[in-house]
Amino acid sequence: MEKALFLILAAVCAVAALNVVLQRNPLYSALSLIATLCSLAAIFITLQAQFIAAIQVVVYAGAIMVLFVFVIMLLNVTTAERTIDRHRYLKFLAIPFAGLLITEVFYVITRFPQAQMPTGAIGTTESIGVYLFNQYLLPFEVTSILILMAMVGAMVLARREEKGK
Amino acid sequence: MVPISWYLALSAILFTIGVVGVFVKQNAISIFMCIELMLNAVNLTLVTFSSFFNEVSGQLFVFIVMTVAAAEAAVGLAIIISIFRNRESINVDEANILKL
Amino acid sequence: MTEFIIISLIKIAVVFFILLTVIAYLSIFERKILGWIQMRPGPNRVGPWGLLQPLADGIKFLFKEDLVPAAVDKVTFILAPMVAMIPALMTYAVIPFGSEIELFGRTIPLHITSINVGLLYVFALTSIGVYGIVLAGWSSNNKYSLLGGLRSSAQMISYELALALSIVGVLLQAGTLDLQQIVANQAGTFKIAGIPVLPRWHIFWFQPLGFIIFLVSANAELNRIPFDLPEAEAELVAGYHTEYSSMKFAMFYMAEYANMITASAIATTLFLGGWRGPFVDQVPILSVIYFTLKVCIFIFFFIWLRGTMPRFRYDQLMNLGWRVLLPLAFLNIFISATISLFVS
Repeated sequence: MEKALFLILAAVCAVAALNVVLQRNPLYSALSLIATLCSLAAIFITLQAQFIAAIQVVVYAGAIMVLFVFVIMLLNVTTAERTIDRHRYLKFLAIPFAGLLITEVFYVITRFPQAQMPTGAIGTTESIGVYLFNQYLLPFEVTSILILMAMVGAMVLARREEKGK
Repeated sequence: MVPISWYLALSAILFTIGVVGVFVKQNAISIFMCIELMLNAVNLTLVTFSSFFNEVSGQLFVFIVMTVAAAEAAVGLAIIISIFRNRESINVDEANILKL
Repeated sequence: MTEFIIISLIKIAVVFFILLTVIAYLSIFERKILGWIQMRPGPNRVGPWGLLQPLADGIKFLFKEDLVPAAVDKVTFILAPMVAMIPALMTYAVIPFGSEIELFGRTIPLHITSINVGLLYVFALTSIGVYGIVLAGWSSNNKYSLLGGLRSSAQMISYELALALSIVGVLLQAGTLDLQQIVANQAGTFKIAGIPVLPRWHIFWFQPLGFIIFLVSANAELNRIPFDLPEAEAELVAGYHTEYSSMKFAMFYMAEYANMITASAIATTLFLGGWRGPFVDQVPILSVIYFTLKVCIFIFFFIWLRGTMPRFRYDQLMNLGWRVLLPLAFLNIFISATISLFVS
């Protein structure tokens, strides 16, 4: 029963991820990426990481992807014709190399020792909060400075130059 | 019960699709989205290991990774907007000379 | 296991059915109440006191011609109302409608589910609801829709911050994100000389500021007057749903009312004690009546505000969201944390 649920969610996730790469229109890629993120959040819930699942939807699908969609609409990016022909061979090389990468990874993970089932006591907000503010306080504070730097950087980079400067 | 290798296999598939996307796409925003896909694949691996081995540090790391991805997306998109203002196009294949 | 699935399915069916009926009748109540505020009777032709008007509206929506303009982006055009409607309906899975009732020898709690990140789940769905508006505005290939869509989504993501921060005070006080636990935390009353004077609801102790910020931000999230510049009829034709007709427009309409009822239900649960009231322990069915009454108070407040206030200009709106509500929300968190520290 859980295997069937996981297989359905994984199929949706993989198909949406494939759609991100295969679509020519960047807005459709963005919508497929949102579908991937939401199905990943559902998979996180099957792993009993409820806080991370909710945060994934709120931060990734609800804020970062809104930023992407706004920029796509602002720049009015449409499907462009392929103008440079000399890179066309790259598309055909990508598939065998991807196959090679997948084979290597599968080789590693099928030789993994079996692990015990998830117990679910650690995915709650409370446990993450306890660890975040005790052992991992320094990464938390540094992350806040990082976000401040990103905000200032984004505002400076995206600002229009004033006329006459 | 779902064995751990299934989750890791899904993560590997997502990561590979992201890598292929970064190489193949010629729109800067699409490349950015494939990078986000790779970050999410790694998030899935971290959460899988965290919950199968009952360690909370995996999920904390995912929390930090999401924050860093948000910061990176903000700055990266600001850079893309600046490039668009100068070149009128965000095709990375065409941006191959330093002169505008 | 199957019993659990069957009970959950029955609860979902009941909530869905009641919710769709309430949404339909909310439209007639809004028009009647707006009419009384404006000294006119409101719709009263169809049925006694106009009570069959939603039926007439529903039949009209079903039979109207569903126009898809030629130059729109078809996939996004058809997807947008669904993306607006589905999260609006999904939030009802975690709202506690009442305490427990005894049916056929089983104790059934009156909520569909109780997850321990309940409030974050509601905010996650609200964040997804922004996409419906953005995609509708963009795909319509129409200047007014695009402007309306962009303004509306900018407004919604700005006020989402103030909304989420205003409830952090409640979380500090209750210590949990689970909506059932938050209601349970508001049990009891304040007594002066043994006589119960005030119920121990969060609005009285110690979240009055959080309540006000929540109400204003919820109003902005719902795109209702005084924050309804995105749908301003006089300026933007009809904003982001200009090009929509028949069932798709009905879905936007229903999504807006569903969001309004959700906001009222969350305000009731967080600040007004949910289904709590006198004599709930003895007569459990009273809990549903109290919950409904409190939600109706908030819905009436939203409709009243619509009939009374003028509309904010866009820069005034952004100013209010970022420069007034956000610092007030931070102040509220600071005060709540200090009081929490001294109380416990």
